[in-house]
Amino acid sequence: MSTKQTTPPTEHCEECPAFYNLEQMGFKVGNFDRVVALAGNPNTGKSTVFNALTGLKQHTGNWPGKTVTRAEGGYQFNGVRYKLVDLPGTYSLLSASQDEEVARDFILFGQPDCTVVVTDATALERNLNLVMQVMEITDRVVVAINLMDEAKRKGLEVDARSLSRDLGIPAVPITARTGEGIHTLLATIADLINGDIVTKPLRVGGTPEFQRAVNELAPMIEAMAPGIPNARWLAIRLLDGDSKVQQALVAGDLAQLVQRQSQADVQFSKKMSVEGRQ
Amino acid sequence: MTEQTFTPNDILTKAEALRGTLSTGFRDEIVKSLYSEAEAIAKRAVKTALTKKYDIDQKIDRLVTSPIVGLPIMLILLTIIIWLTVSGANVASAAIANVLFGIGDWGRALFEQIGMPWWITGFIWDGVYLGLAWVISVMLPPMAIFFPAFTFMEDLGYLPRVAFNLDWMFKKTGAHGKQSLTMAMGFGCNAAGVIATRIIDSPRERLIAILTNNFVPCNGRFPTLIMLATVFVAAAFPPALTSFIAAGTVVGVVLIGVGFTFLASWVLSKTILKGEASAFTLELPPYRRPNFSRILYTSIIDRTIFVLWRAMQTAAPAGAIIWILANIHTGDSNLARAVSDWLNPFGLLLGLDGVILLAYIIAIPANEIVVPTMMMVYIGTGMMVNGPGTSAGIFDLLVNGNGWTMLTAVNLMLFALLHNPCATTIMTIYKETKSLKWATVSVVMTLGTAFLVTFATASLARLLGWV
Repeated sequence: MSTKQTTPPTEHCEECPAFYNLEQMGFKVGNFDRVVALAGNPNTGKSTVFNALTGLKQHTGNWPGKTVTRAEGGYQFNGVRYKLVDLPGTYSLLSASQDEEVARDFILFGQPDCTVVVTDATALERNLNLVMQVMEITDRVVVAINLMDEAKRKGLEVDARSLSRDLGIPAVPITARTGEGIHTLLATIADLINGDIVTKPLRVGGTPEFQRAVNELAPMIEAMAPGIPNARWLAIRLLDGDSKVQQALVAGDLAQLVQRQSQADVQFSKKMSVEGRQ
Repeated sequence: MTEQTFTPNDILTKAEALRGTLSTGFRDEIVKSLYSEAEAIAKRAVKTALTKKYDIDQKIDRLVTSPIVGLPIMLILLTIIIWLTVSGANVASAAIANVLFGIGDWGRALFEQIGMPWWITGFIWDGVYLGLAWVISVMLPPMAIFFPAFTFMEDLGYLPRVAFNLDWMFKKTGAHGKQSLTMAMGFGCNAAGVIATRIIDSPRERLIAILTNNFVPCNGRFPTLIMLATVFVAAAFPPALTSFIAAGTVVGVVLIGVGFTFLASWVLSKTILKGEASAFTLELPPYRRPNFSRILYTSIIDRTIFVLWRAMQTAAPAGAIIWILANIHTGDSNLARAVSDWLNPFGLLLGLDGVILLAYIIAIPANEIVVPTMMMVYIGTGMMVNGPGTSAGIFDLLVNGNGWTMLTAVNLMLFALLHNPCATTIMTIYKETKSLKWATVSVVMTLGTAFLVTFATASLARLLGWV
């Protein structure tokens, strides 16, 4: 994919990748400038978004369990190269099943420059639970409200501005299948990473004692493992008595966990796409 | 904060202490407020136009997941898909076989004309090429019809409904309800089904799902079942009924596989993997209009070509090995014949024969090619075929030439359904469980079941004097 002919925009160009300086880079993710994670509930069209951006043809399945490993692809937008990591679809980040762990570990320790949570416009309430859990971990979050066409058909009107205001993060309505809104989504991701958009994620506070406890514990974790992202979230999990996090802490696995996110699983999922063809 | 360092234990102790200052269930409170916050935000952001809410999805779901007609609908859909495959594949298989075997004759003649040594001609055209020709003509047509149909149902969103209809049965066996999903995925590819078990939280239930996944026939094994059902079972009925009987037979075999999945899950959860089934919620996703170009891409490129290519990679060396075995002469016999004769008593005990077992052993890397390999051995050991690739030709070769009976055909179908996973799946099981023990268990359990069941049916058939 060396050069692309750019013709003057016509009215149909909205749906054509070249129009908005998107270059799909498929598997070529060797050199990249930014990492973007794609999270979301199952059946929200995450893989469709992934395919639309990377030009890959990952099989999109209409049911949970279709994607259980991380898939990676690349795209270039306005001259910046992004690595896009498609995480397994999950309802929450709290439970113990492996697909949820893959998603959670990456958002926590993979240090994505931005996490896009793809949501289903027709079932926003349920989807927001995950959005808010992701917001507990990181403040670099963009909500993509997908399936806007289906929502319209069902007579639902989704107000992205109200959502964005309430959550304190950007919310972009899209229809991944037709490509509508993808341009805005890409621009928003870029702006958020550049710092042109500053988020103020809503965090459910809990009691004052809880706040105090978190504020005491988080700095200790930072002091122990300098540079660890998400000390705050780890503090919450420790207060909660999460045995996995406790074990990781004692075994000194945290640093390893951070490192592992930049390798391993990916090779496996690529291999699967050759061997198993999910 | 001072420049102090902490050990992990300091932090754990501190966390412990701080937890004491919090009211019990503080986390539940937070989760609860998170949910109510989400509800409030969603309510503000979404407006429902007060048009009459006509939700066709729900109406369809009420029908296809109904406790009364849900299962029958499922069976009817499966039968239709397989019937389409059977009736379409039959003609196409014969046509492809005609062309490919024609090319083989032409190539052989050409080689003889230019004076190639007999063993080069034989090795290439009667060995490698013939192996490829058999695999393509037996496997390609059913796959080219079955895969798009299967992918269509998948993209439509029907598979989660299948899971929904079956999950209560899995719970009864002590397995996880989500196993119904991974089982459904196994129909596509057992290796993919094994990987999909990652959606199951409990290690115990996940292992059950992994170990039993192989009991549903994958896409690679369907052509074998379809061919045997068409050539044998259906041949016993009037021609007008052939395709219906064949489809019904394949559905029957699939049901037996599902039955064994339940049985094995139940036995496992009562013995080495004891425990109770855990609860979960299964979401029924909305139906989506399938994307036809994507279906064609997935089913033709990702599935048909992929499976066929894999089969060809094994078929070519398998063809070569068979040719060599058949051309190393020992007295007035040859090595292939000698080995299959030696395996024969054991084969007959299982209602099969020595050639089938030899073919099975040669085809271990991709055991979905057992039938084409078996054909090769029969031909390689001196059998000639008239009209290869047609039902009549195959029937003639097997029944008149090699003493096959209905029992042989039925038992080979059962054997193909139950025998050990293919090499890729075994590797996947090993990777997923990170345990040599469980990978071994998966092989021993399935192969043991296959031997037991075929032995039982053969003994029963003989006892009752059917053969």
